[in-house]
Amino acid sequence: MRASRPKAAVAAVAVAALAVAGCAESDREDSGGSNNDTLVFGVASDPKVLDPSFASDGESLRVARQVFETLVRPEEGGTKVSPGLAESWTPDEAGTTWTFKLRSGVKFHDGTDFNAEAVCVNFNRWYNATGLMQSPDVTAYWQDVMGGFAQNEDEGLSESLFKSCSAKDATTVDLTFTRVSSKVPAALMLPSFSIHSPTALEQYDASNVGGTATDVQYPEYATAHPTGTGPFKFKSWDIANKSLTIERNDDYWGEKAKLKTLIFKTISDENARKQALSSGDVDGYDLVGPADVEPLKSEGFNVLTRPAFNILYLGMNQQGNPKLADIKVRQAIAHAINRQALVDSKLPPGAKVATNFFPDTVEGWNGDVTTYDYDVDKAKQLLAEAGAADLKLRFHYPTEVTRPYMPNPKDLFELVSADLQAAGITVEPIPLKWSPDYLNATTSGSEHDLHFLGWTGDYGDAYNFIGTFFDRQKDEWGFDNPALFKQFQDADSTADMAERVEKYKGLNKTIMDFLPGVPISHSPPAIVFGKDVTGIKASPLTDERFSNAEFKS
Amino acid sequence: MFRFIVRRLLQLIPTLFGLSLLLFIWVRRLPGGPEDAILGERGTPEMRAAIRRSMGLDEPILVQYGRFVQRLLRLDLGTSSSTKRPVVEEFLERFPGTVELTITALVIAIGIGIPLGYLAARRRGRLLDHLSVGGSLVGICVPIFFLAYVLKAIFSENLGWFPSSGRQDPTIDATRITNFFVLDGLMTREWDAVADALWHLVLPGIALASIPLAIIVRITRASVLEVLNEDFVRTAEAKGLTERTVRGRHVLRNSLLPVVTSIGLLTGGLLSGAVLTETVFAFTGIGAFIYEAIGQRDYPVLLGFIMIISVVYVLVNLLVDLSYSLIDPRVRVR
Repeated sequence: MRASRPKAAVAAVAVAALAVAGCAESDREDSGGSNNDTLVFGVASDPKVLDPSFASDGESLRVARQVFETLVRPEEGGTKVSPGLAESWTPDEAGTTWTFKLRSGVKFHDGTDFNAEAVCVNFNRWYNATGLMQSPDVTAYWQDVMGGFAQNEDEGLSESLFKSCSAKDATTVDLTFTRVSSKVPAALMLPSFSIHSPTALEQYDASNVGGTATDVQYPEYATAHPTGTGPFKFKSWDIANKSLTIERNDDYWGEKAKLKTLIFKTISDENARKQALSSGDVDGYDLVGPADVEPLKSEGFNVLTRPAFNILYLGMNQQGNPKLADIKVRQAIAHAINRQALVDSKLPPGAKVATNFFPDTVEGWNGDVTTYDYDVDKAKQLLAEAGAADLKLRFHYPTEVTRPYMPNPKDLFELVSADLQAAGITVEPIPLKWSPDYLNATTSGSEHDLHFLGWTGDYGDAYNFIGTFFDRQKDEWGFDNPALFKQFQDADSTADMAERVEKYKGLNKTIMDFLPGVPISHSPPAIVFGKDVTGIKASPLTDERFSNAEFKS
Repeated sequence: MFRFIVRRLLQLIPTLFGLSLLLFIWVRRLPGGPEDAILGERGTPEMRAAIRRSMGLDEPILVQYGRFVQRLLRLDLGTSSSTKRPVVEEFLERFPGTVELTITALVIAIGIGIPLGYLAARRRGRLLDHLSVGGSLVGICVPIFFLAYVLKAIFSENLGWFPSSGRQDPTIDATRITNFFVLDGLMTREWDAVADALWHLVLPGIALASIPLAIIVRITRASVLEVLNEDFVRTAEAKGLTERTVRGRHVLRNSLLPVVTSIGLLTGGLLSGAVLTETVFAFTGIGAFIYEAIGQRDYPVLLGFIMIISVVYVLVNLLVDLSYSLIDPRVRVR
């Protein structure tokens, strides 16, 4: 009797298996697709939300860029503002009202028409947000670009840049702003300004961000029913299998996607993404480790290098160590660092030494600014003149992190710190975990002297770089320079693009003379595809258009 | 037995309260907060303050704890601060993966570990014994992530036998019901989905089984050696019982108690999520998610997941205690 227990157990499992078999309906559709029209793309993290109005993480935006469209969009592979759902746009005399001529014959994924009315429904939805939709972690990009809402519920919010929307006819829409700003029209390229189907927004209660202040909950629309006009339609989001599936929109107004199905599969570990590509689990992936670029190329994979759209800089805090308030000390530090050697030895192929605080792909870059060549003797001399020969600085650098502009912070720290010591500066290393310790320590308070930080641009306007860093007093830099802040205001409120570009050039000159920090480098991030995948053009804004991808037959 | 179960479950209540307080204090003492993880480079002090205010993190910690307990009593674990989805929902989507992986690892560890440990003891001092003792030492020492990368390099990159990531090929388009992929496939008769899910379990299962397997081999071996020297074994042999009966009924059964205890503890550990295995194999489970939640300072997820895992841990150990009486009739739970 007892000896048969294991057999009984096996039998029990078999009976249980038979009992459950077929007890539920399969909801599979016969897809009839072949592997040749399905592309699986490896990404580093799950998207957080499918309504880009609420998104600020790269993976949510990547999905949004395939499913939704914006009025204007970056040109393919570049940063220049080019037509999206709008064919053309012009500002009025004052520069505060912009008229957009819309494409006709465009339909949303639910079959309803895209028109000027729909554009206004979207802008009014964002502008009239109330309650939890005004929470800064819900509508981060709207708040970043527009500043506030129709009725601000938190005193920290500023007056909204957006004022009103009016549909003049089916294909003409006027957007009016409260002032002239450098953000218009470039910021409207952000996926957060994607145009949604008004019908779907209402049907799935898209603006009903529920819960309580401590427990914000997104509405059903944002987790299961994103409805745009893009070349792909949302199909399913399988969180248990870390995969999100979108399908070709056969009614797309432009050139239709070549793939039938596009699947984003989350593989958070960088090495695991690479192994998944080698083993054929995925047909491509993003956030390629700089050290993997050459090996992948030599194995025959399609490694695409994005034009650099970022900046790595050495921040100096004039409140941290009062000696840093002396321009000569800051100049000495700039001269002490061998940036070319750093770029050559520690950054991915294609990286460049920075002379401005943004790359030359953005208009307003100035080739005629003061530069600080590597010169240890000059550095020592400047330090002596400033009476800072015994300078001692705390140097913060982050650990356990890779940023697109900073693949290996510790290596970079070691190089720069050795350079500074060669010029006679004593360095006290302070390594901190990137998030949140490091960011907290370097951007608030005054207990920091030197630190690495950087930025990847959101859209192609210089203000998005230098304005973010220097247009007001910030704990990160610890300086107050009203003349500089005034110069920024002036540039921001110049409507004429050509005129504004000239002002940006002037700003770059002022900044590089004032030298609040040392711009170090621009690094091109890479994205990789399988040997048989073609058609994708790398974008500096990570706006790769998967609708153009196809498999070589 | 019924009273025993009820008493053990009642003991859970004060345990959970104590745990919740400790956890609450611990997560709030982590430097920084969700606002830094959310904003990254973009954060200004004003934006950070606004997020803290909007999440109620600017209130006194006791008020926050009070609110947490109040919700806990209604079995409401709140929503994740990073995904804005209910914590319970996040758990139900991820826990089945961890359970499937745990079961696979246990089947491998027990299925190989007990026979191997038993044989090693029977052939003490011979080659098999040396191999299994040496092998188990290696099994304990080799870091899981290393083993995982090696397994993947050989069996998926080079030979292409097994997939290197995930729980199922997303192109299969399987139906989801319980999120236990094997079970879902059986229920809907999607046999390719069942096969594919099992296929995805092999390599992570082996990687995760390496340590429990080594432990089980060693404990079984030691325990069998001890029992072989017991008087009752000699008596049974002297009585003229067949070797098969002596081994099966007397030696193995009596050796299993310490093994079962260790399996109970191992299961509890495996069910709390295997961070490394899940991360390296991009396997959806709770371990990797808790790890991410620490980085994101996602307080509700950290608190909620650890609370649920504690309950699971206690339940698993309760089952182990109950199983003693099945193996050894002398043990009666009271």
